[in-house]
Amino acid sequence: MSTLRYILSRFGQSIFALLCIITITFFLARLAPGGPFLDDKAVPEHLIEKMNQKYGFDKPLPVQYALYLGSLLKGDLGPSFGNKGFSVNEIIADGLPVSFMLGISGLGIALLIGIPVGVFAAARRNTFIDYSLMSIALLGICLPTFVIAPLLGEIFALKLGWFDVAMWENSSAWFLGALTLGLYYSAYIARLTRGSMLDVLNQDFIRTAHAKGVSPVKVLFKHAFRGGITPVVAYLGPALAGLIGGSFVVETIFGLPGLGQHFIKAATNRDFWLINGTVMVFAVLILVMNFFVDILQAWLDPRTKSKN
Amino acid sequence: MLSGQHKNGQTIEKGSSLGRDAWFRLKKNHIAMVSLWFFVGVTLICFLLPLIPGIPNPNITYPDLQSMPAMSSGISVDGTEAFYLLGSDHLGRDIFSRILFGGRVSLMVGFIATAVSLTIGIVYGAVSGYVGGRLDAFMMRIVDILYALPFMIIVIILTTYFGNNLWLLFVCIGAVEWLTMARIVRGQVISLKNQEFVEAARSLGLSQWRIIFRHLIPNTIGPVIIYTTLTVPAVMRLEAILSFLGLGVQPPDASWGSLIKEGADRMASDPGLLVYPAIIFGLTLFSLNFLGDGLRDALDPKSSKD
Amino acid sequence: MICHRIEKTQQGYLAHPTLLALCIAALVFLTSGCNRESKVDIATREKILLLGNGGEPKALDPHIVSAVGDSNILRAIFEGLVTYHPSSDMLHEPGVAERWESNEDFSEWRFFLRKDAKWSNGDPVTAHDFVYSYHRILHPEMAAPYSSMLYFLKNAEAFNRGDLADFDQVGVKAANDHELVCTLKSPTPFFPDVVKHTTWLPVHQGTIEKFGGMTEEFTDWQKPGNHVSNGAYTLTEWRINSVIKVRRNPHYWDAKTVKLNGLNFYPIDNTFTEEKAFRGDLLHYTYIIPSNLIPRYEEANEPNLRIETYAGSYFYRCNVNERPTDNVDFRRALAYSIDQETIVKYVTMGGQQPAYGFTPPSEAGYHPPNVISYDPEKAREYLKKAGYESGANVPEFSIILNTNEAHKSIAVAIQDMWKKELGIEKVKIENQEWKVYQQTIIDKKYNVARAGWIGDYVDPTTFLGIWKTGDSNNNTGWSNAEYDRLLTESYLLSDTDARYQLLRDAESILLDEVPVLPIYWYTRTYLIHPDVKNWNPLLLDNHPYKLIDLDPGLKRTVAPEAAEQ
Repeated sequence: MSTLRYILSRFGQSIFALLCIITITFFLARLAPGGPFLDDKAVPEHLIEKMNQKYGFDKPLPVQYALYLGSLLKGDLGPSFGNKGFSVNEIIADGLPVSFMLGISGLGIALLIGIPVGVFAAARRNTFIDYSLMSIALLGICLPTFVIAPLLGEIFALKLGWFDVAMWENSSAWFLGALTLGLYYSAYIARLTRGSMLDVLNQDFIRTAHAKGVSPVKVLFKHAFRGGITPVVAYLGPALAGLIGGSFVVETIFGLPGLGQHFIKAATNRDFWLINGTVMVFAVLILVMNFFVDILQAWLDPRTKSKN
Repeated sequence: MLSGQHKNGQTIEKGSSLGRDAWFRLKKNHIAMVSLWFFVGVTLICFLLPLIPGIPNPNITYPDLQSMPAMSSGISVDGTEAFYLLGSDHLGRDIFSRILFGGRVSLMVGFIATAVSLTIGIVYGAVSGYVGGRLDAFMMRIVDILYALPFMIIVIILTTYFGNNLWLLFVCIGAVEWLTMARIVRGQVISLKNQEFVEAARSLGLSQWRIIFRHLIPNTIGPVIIYTTLTVPAVMRLEAILSFLGLGVQPPDASWGSLIKEGADRMASDPGLLVYPAIIFGLTLFSLNFLGDGLRDALDPKSSKD
Repeated sequence: MICHRIEKTQQGYLAHPTLLALCIAALVFLTSGCNRESKVDIATREKILLLGNGGEPKALDPHIVSAVGDSNILRAIFEGLVTYHPSSDMLHEPGVAERWESNEDFSEWRFFLRKDAKWSNGDPVTAHDFVYSYHRILHPEMAAPYSSMLYFLKNAEAFNRGDLADFDQVGVKAANDHELVCTLKSPTPFFPDVVKHTTWLPVHQGTIEKFGGMTEEFTDWQKPGNHVSNGAYTLTEWRINSVIKVRRNPHYWDAKTVKLNGLNFYPIDNTFTEEKAFRGDLLHYTYIIPSNLIPRYEEANEPNLRIETYAGSYFYRCNVNERPTDNVDFRRALAYSIDQETIVKYVTMGGQQPAYGFTPPSEAGYHPPNVISYDPEKAREYLKKAGYESGANVPEFSIILNTNEAHKSIAVAIQDMWKKELGIEKVKIENQEWKVYQQTIIDKKYNVARAGWIGDYVDPTTFLGIWKTGDSNNNTGWSNAEYDRLLTESYLLSDTDARYQLLRDAESILLDEVPVLPIYWYTRTYLIHPDVKNWNPLLLDNHPYKLIDLDPGLKRTVAPEAAEQ
């Protein structure tokens, strides 16, 4: 009963948050200088006025806002100005699978590498292994993706010929993109895991377990792992959102048609509805992820729940 | 080790502050100390060395002396002789002095933006986590909302209204980076607040603020420091991504991030452009990291048993 | 292989995840890497040309687009009255019009349309389609961004501005189904060059109206399946930011001449990615090659690299209403202190020509007056004349750029030249994002701003026309009555030599007052696969695709062996 109420209220909050984001984005995009109708070559002023009239941009902002919300309720995200003839719905439907593919395989790679490395480093703390693992992890953080991505492309695609170097259609370049993102986030996860595992390993109940003669491996996995993983879980929400939304560097370098690229292009084109649409998708993703993360966290750490 | 410390550290045992105690332990960690000195050294070199006359101007171009190898010198058509310690870039600018001046920008972005994000993030997260309930839910929803905001558009709007300037960059990055910090601190505080020592403090009748600032925040220091060592590089990277988009530091000035970006574009034809800034950037971040780890061990007495 | 070894020895918990990642990598490798025949080889065999095409097209509607990359696609799927010749910009190929003629003073043109021209749905292409199309692009409610290209027609401008409601008064008529009459506002001997441009392409009335009104922009008519066009190819697939595929149009009147089965256009923004895609055998042709890779390709004597003259001018606009660029002597000082030779040789490196004038010299026989050159002495004199004892006294001003690595390098070099030659210390460089940059230029909130101009047709007026008073591309605030008069007069002349003389006089005025600082004349630098045949250098870079062929040549003899694996 109370769990249901908790979930319901969280849901209500999320809807409210979404509304805020839509509102803020709408007005921010509109405040930026330059409009969607400017072109490579100068467009006569009377034409720009005409187009503003045609798409209702001459109306007062609040009216436009109300009209936009109205069409949102009907599930219509509006037309795109940068890709004429396509609706924002279509563009997002096109880009989302690419982003998911990148984001989820990236996160998979990050977890598969990051957590074990972190746990292992924590178990062997302050040894040579610990230092070298953490150094490698740090290498992943301090080399920006726009260095790693071309390097991976150069090596695995052009030298070894294992993958295609670019493009989405009928191409394996997405895996290199996912690998780039995965390596980067695995470094974060490894460090977070190591840190929190150390915290847990120093707590009394672990010492007790050690004292009782439980095998170190069992202590590590049965007792410490669950608590040690909590900050990583908390990090998953932002990580996945970052992976899906922030992958535009990787998308640009490997020529992948994901949402990140759509967003950046929309922003530079002042493609208002597409900006709002992509931001809304990111927002929904983040809200959903955080929602699940909170629940998962409560489940992992029973003490959190008792207070709620 | 712990017992050893007790023996030779009578004063520490008695009335020592957390800080002095920690410093004592930090000094024993060689890697951390090397890192500390390295980091201090890099910072000093970047900020002080350019003051010495003889260091070439980082923005002066000799297009005919482009892509010179390291440790070489050449005479430009206008008769100027230039010596390149680390070679020259595609416009004949001195890479070494560009790295020095770029370091100033990067380190400043790193310090200031991280400080901004730390301050906001810790206080916000701690309050949210400790108070809990409705306030917590409300505060975390605000974080969610801010997370989902189009960072780039905000930056574009700000830079077009206020011009491309560095201080704006600090504020923008700082204002974005605190979000994750707040979430982490909150999570930490939630798991701490039901522990015995907090219960004890509460039963002693300490004020909420005192509990938050004296008991909870110091105990979140481990994850906070670790996340800080992650934030500094993240901030520097963010700055580079902004350069990638043409925002942030404006040409002809450079930052390490923008130098690496330029180098990555010319990776194949002129590897030095990427390698030198990447090495110094990497080493600086390495040292920050090991320093962070050392500080963590030093600040968290519980963990220094082994 | 590695998998098995480790699994047997059980090296502990760390090994598993890394191992799994390796397995995934191996799996992907097996599924993708097995095929030894590269994507380009397959495409060559299937006669599909794979082209990098810069950015994503804004539309596939000839009345909406204006970017160069977009028109590359339109040229494949549409055909105008007159089309581009595969090897010369001066020659015309008949398109939908079999032949054309003009009256004595080139102010009225008649196009005789071929009877077998068909749309991709089988409908005949008639003169009425062209009238409908020109009505559409000029319609005020359509608000087509590049409608000014049709202002050659009598009354077109008035109709487009909404000052004239009756389209019948605009100078275009269908005399019958197969004869189109264009009445122009002034003599235009180069009119056939003009009608080659994408804005003059026809659209299919039935399709436009089926999916919405004449002036509706956001309709589904451009989608694959709905799109009807009259070119050698027809649109079959369009995935945003990914690929646009066009395939043979069976109804095309000249289908038997068409060599290729289709073309795939890949919108790859990042030039480094595009170059790698070419090296990775994913493309036959790159839209461009990053300038810093050119020396490497040249050193390696790479036969795939092409550097060709291109009808375009790279320059800096000066705002003549703002201090300090309002002073003509100051502008001259800036112009003469730019060492164009150095920029071309060390910065752009693509074989560009230093621009001694504004209009690039062209095949059509026009040569701009030779005025601008690097002369620091003269520059310093002009600086003194402008009232500055030394450059240090010059008030701060900035160079506005749109964000791009190449523009940045040029600006940094020029900034340093002004510093070295004139001692001007306070020049800032300001990167702006594209739309902001455009707005800044239009609002004239700048001192100096970088710009480029690519010719729309082979005639100097496509370059000089933009500096007329009040032209929407002028944006410098510069206005000169004599310049305007010379230009207007030139439009009335039908004799080319006399016309060029007037234009040269006009350009001399422009270069004397330098509201623009010419820097260099463009080249096209790109990579092209040796399999591509009939791809000739063209000044306007508008290649007609129907004659382009793919032929593997000798390489094919090696292929069967490779294919066996």
